[in-house]
Amino acid sequence: MARLEHEDSATVSELAKPFAIKLPAVMKHLDVLHDAGLISRSKAGRVVTVRIQPEPMREAMDWLRRYERFWSKSLDRLAAYAERKEGAAAKKRR
Amino acid sequence: MTSLTLVRRIRARPSIVFDALTTPAGIAEWWGPDLGPVLLAETDVRIGGRFRVRFRMLDGTEHESAGEYLEIVEPKRLVMSWQWTNGGEPEEAGEMSRIEIDLKRIETGTEITFTHARLRTQASRASHERGWAGALDKLVRHCSTEHFA
Repeated sequence: MARLEHEDSATVSELAKPFAIKLPAVMKHLDVLHDAGLISRSKAGRVVTVRIQPEPMREAMDWLRRYERFWSKSLDRLAAYAERKEGAAAKKRR
Repeated sequence: MTSLTLVRRIRARPSIVFDALTTPAGIAEWWGPDLGPVLLAETDVRIGGRFRVRFRMLDGTEHESAGEYLEIVEPKRLVMSWQWTNGGEPEEAGEMSRIEIDLKRIETGTEITFTHARLRTQASRASHERGWAGALDKLVRHCSTEHFA
């Protein structure tokens, strides 16, 4: 996935090369990404070229960024609040 | 399915964290992406009960989200559906997501694992007709921070 972002497109055997897995296993992974709309495939003779689909990928990344900010900030404040409450409860017990 | 998971350690016992997550007074103290106020918080903490939270951001915009409690194991686990009902993200109109919160007792307090998972509803499928079928597995971002030394 990271390679496709940089290289725009690659053939299936190029993608499989750095991994110690067999071509059919790579194909299976690519099927999942294809079904999710994240990559497109085109075939010329025996060579299958894979290309990233930037739009759905960007959409998913935007969603993650948005909620990471939202919940990260919220959880910071949740933690601060709960720690204040814990402090107050501990004092009362003493 | 796209999902976001955040893990935090909080120096407070799980029951206190659970209360902060589920009581209107607690929610009013932390919900929202900036220091803008929570304007309304309602919770009905039972399976099938609903919650509603409205907040104003520092830029003056108001947003409201609501959902239903799906699993409650006090003070360990909370699962709820989640949806923008006002403001929020226009591109997510009609989209339902799911929040899962697990609280683990640790020596220093509580470890909270917070997951927000995007679900693909009929409505959101219709609005993403360009082949975005929504089977985006494993795009999970884990983020773990020590909240205190």
